[in-house]
Amino acid sequence: MKPIAKFYTALLMIFLFAPIAILLVFSFNEAKSLSVFSGFSLHWYQELLRDSETIDAVKNTLILAVSASLISTVMGTAAAVGIYRLRNRYLRSTLETVTNIPMINPDIITGISLMLMFVFVGRLFGAHTSLNFGTMLISHVTFCLPYVILQVLPKLQQMDQALPEAAMDLGCTPLKAFIKVEIPEIAPGILTGLIMAFTLSLDDFVISYFTSGTTFQTLPIRIYNMTKKTVTPKMYALATLIFFVILALLIITNLMGANNAQNVQDSKRPKARKGSLPAA
Amino acid sequence: MKKTNSVKGQRSLIQRIALAPYSVWALLFIVVPLIFIAYYAFTDLDYHFTTENITRFFTTTSLVADGEGTREVRTYVLIFLRSLKLAVISTAICLLMAYPFAFLLTKAKPRTQSILITLIMIPMWMNFLIRTYAWMTILQDTGILNGLLGMLHLGKVHIIGTESAVVIGMVYDYLPYMILPLYSIMAKMDERLIEAAYDLGCNGAGVFRRVIWPLSLPGVLSGIEMVLIPSISTFYISQKLGNGKFYLIGDAIEGQYVANNLHFAAAIAFVLMIVLLIGMAFLQRAANKRVAA
Repeated sequence: MKPIAKFYTALLMIFLFAPIAILLVFSFNEAKSLSVFSGFSLHWYQELLRDSETIDAVKNTLILAVSASLISTVMGTAAAVGIYRLRNRYLRSTLETVTNIPMINPDIITGISLMLMFVFVGRLFGAHTSLNFGTMLISHVTFCLPYVILQVLPKLQQMDQALPEAAMDLGCTPLKAFIKVEIPEIAPGILTGLIMAFTLSLDDFVISYFTSGTTFQTLPIRIYNMTKKTVTPKMYALATLIFFVILALLIITNLMGANNAQNVQDSKRPKARKGSLPAA
Repeated sequence: MKKTNSVKGQRSLIQRIALAPYSVWALLFIVVPLIFIAYYAFTDLDYHFTTENITRFFTTTSLVADGEGTREVRTYVLIFLRSLKLAVISTAICLLMAYPFAFLLTKAKPRTQSILITLIMIPMWMNFLIRTYAWMTILQDTGILNGLLGMLHLGKVHIIGTESAVVIGMVYDYLPYMILPLYSIMAKMDERLIEAAYDLGCNGAGVFRRVIWPLSLPGVLSGIEMVLIPSISTFYISQKLGNGKFYLIGDAIEGQYVANNLHFAAAIAFVLMIVLLIGMAFLQRAANKRVAA
């Protein structure tokens, strides 16, 4: 890189990491302040470990992310296989358009739309509060599904069509050919989809905000509630722990091989929209 | 012959079984909820048809201080225009910052490229509420930035609670979403096309205008979408960095939701959705035309 390129890269990195550096530093602050550092202490980490509401939120987040990512991976993989084989062009393009909707729509619209439906259906059955773990799980599966489908579908298209046919010629039933031949071929796509669904679910705030009731609180919702009151360095301690977990995961995946670099990149592709970047 | 038929039958059965759960799910939880937005937007509390909510969006007025006196403005239209303005500014800044960076990145060694891309993604994995809050402590009047400026005897700046603060927050949160699609398009660009343009007598500016820019356009478009849509609909950034003063369309929806005015919340969401749909279609068409030309 030329010096000017290096300089610009450094500036951009400072911009991206300044707030993160600040929260790392202030998580060790002795006092309650988030802008004046008075001395090193692990006080806020101890506070964090004693905060049972936050610990529960971490557990809830993991339970939700594991269930949502598993359900959406199984259903999304099956859907990709189905869409790939679909010969009816209209049906196919309709399905693809519908799949794109949650990725293009702002999260707030997805959240509001699901919430309205849950509330309406809940009222039909005379329920007072219709938002709970179930509605959140449905919402998370819904916004994860398109990302799984868009990871698996290209792998199916890249697969050599002769492979499953050869398997069947050699005496496999279609189901057996699918399990023994097609699944291993598309496995990298399934794995990336799973990782992506998991991280999207972990990190989601907006859709969860509208579809969670008072009974089930995830970590992003807990953080939101924390920032409504005076924030102490305890929240920064939490962010610091999250940061090191992410760093460890990234280093592990990088060490696992050059091939995985691409997977990590895909797995946190613009949460925002468009799982598939346009072809050049 | 008979065997092939039964194998085919079995395959299409598998296909149907595979596709059925998702089709039902997509209908119930993607399509139907959107219909509910329209349904709530056009009904009153007793679920009778009304255009009241939509009219309210366009006609509600309020008084704002304007110099010496006050001025009557259309509340929600103004909020909408303000969201659009801040989102467009943020998107433009993101594009200006990300474009040269993505281009420089493709020129770096492969190892450097993968390290830098990983670095860019780290902030995306961190909770955006906490990152936004950290910006609040930086930009506050008694915050870290003013502390630094004070140490250097450079005076003080007042940023928090201004539109600039909201824009800084949006740029910070969504910059990686602009860098990644640009980079992935530029990395695929054929180096030989650029060389050919130089060989054929183009100067630097000509190469950029005639070769690099058109080839990177799909990435630009996808980056714009990825930054514009979340920034126009955000409601946390404006609450924390705008000190609640810069009410955006996302804040309006969230506020009505909290106040349990679901029908009006749906009406605002409905208007937002329609405008975005039209806007995106327009952008896509303009880009297609340019690529074709």
